[in-house]
Amino acid sequence: MAVSGTAALALAKGLNEIFRPMALHASPRPARWVFLVDTYKCIGCGFCVKACKLENEIPFEANVSRTWVERYVVTKGGEVLADTPKEARNGFTTSRIDLGLGRYKEVPPESINKAFFVPKLCNQCDKPPCVQVCPVGATYQTADGVILVDRKWCIGCGYCIMACPYGMRFFHPAYHVAEKCNFCYHRITNGMKPACVLACPVGARRIGNIKDPADSAAKIILTQRVSIHKPEYGTNPQVYYIGLSEEVK
Amino acid sequence: MYVLRPLYVVLALVGVILIARAFIVPKDFGTHESGYMYGWYRKSNEGEWKALKAKYQGKEYCRDCHAEQDQQVSSFRHNMIECENCHGPALEHPTAPPKLTLDRSRELCLRCHTYLPYPTSQRSTIKGIDADQHNPGAECVGCHNPHQATKPQ
Repeated sequence: MAVSGTAALALAKGLNEIFRPMALHASPRPARWVFLVDTYKCIGCGFCVKACKLENEIPFEANVSRTWVERYVVTKGGEVLADTPKEARNGFTTSRIDLGLGRYKEVPPESINKAFFVPKLCNQCDKPPCVQVCPVGATYQTADGVILVDRKWCIGCGYCIMACPYGMRFFHPAYHVAEKCNFCYHRITNGMKPACVLACPVGARRIGNIKDPADSAAKIILTQRVSIHKPEYGTNPQVYYIGLSEEVK
Repeated sequence: MYVLRPLYVVLALVGVILIARAFIVPKDFGTHESGYMYGWYRKSNEGEWKALKAKYQGKEYCRDCHAEQDQQVSSFRHNMIECENCHGPALEHPTAPPKLTLDRSRELCLRCHTYLPYPTSQRSTIKGIDADQHNPGAECVGCHNPHQATKPQ
């Protein structure tokens, strides 16, 4: 009986530790980080990708990155061509579109209807599917809205990589755990801009705090015409775009 | 009541697992601000991320010592480019590293100055070259000064 008594006590204590209903009533957030991308301004130089890889120690020559830039070329015939050679870590230095498998396509300038660059990074979703599927609590949403990965806790099961509708997650080639953009959490929480925002020469990337009424990026998000990626997934992404087109996937 | 014995075994097992859990799981692991679904994690990991050292320091950091170069570039359009984009992240320069790795390559310039005829992008407004026609293979900095708007030498 003593054994079962101890077990019952431990059970009650354990359950109390896991399910704390009061904790579910989250306190109002002091800050909420958001991001604004202007696709008209982006020139496809790829300095953001370079800065991100160096700042966050993602091996430069590895074909994975926390952020990348996509090029879209829509021809007058309605053909949509898109590429991101080496995640654009060296920028776009040729007009030839990389079709993959060593094939390239040159599009004559006169047949281009529209062409533009779209930087991609983690959307820091308000309802992040990557966090929902984590079986060990290794990835989580902070009070200020950023999704982080606990490298000591991650078991490398890869569920989060499968769950992200935006393809933002990958395995870190050195740490062998799930890796993702976190808006340079070590920088934004210490009063700095994310490395990609700092490196962008044309101001196409901006960080903002939607809780701050004086924040200029937040003001644009709240008062101007912006759009988000894949709203149909219900993830409530927090990277907003100016000039997004329906060709962008 | 021997039919209940398997139940005691199960209860004892659950107890052992929960006791073991109390030792293994860190004290700060649990449900935090974002609730059970999104905020179930080890709280001290937030601090571990925040404690990482920033590598890119920004123009203001460079300006303190390299005022002359900063002055030189300030009247030129390249002022919009961070020093570290070409000179490499400063980290704790001049302590570590004492010298930065400057990228003088043609490829660095071509990131912006390959002309791309994209009507709906700001890229097409940048003065650019056809890299296959304009002195192929040569380093741009041999003729052009990246800090100042000067005629090619």
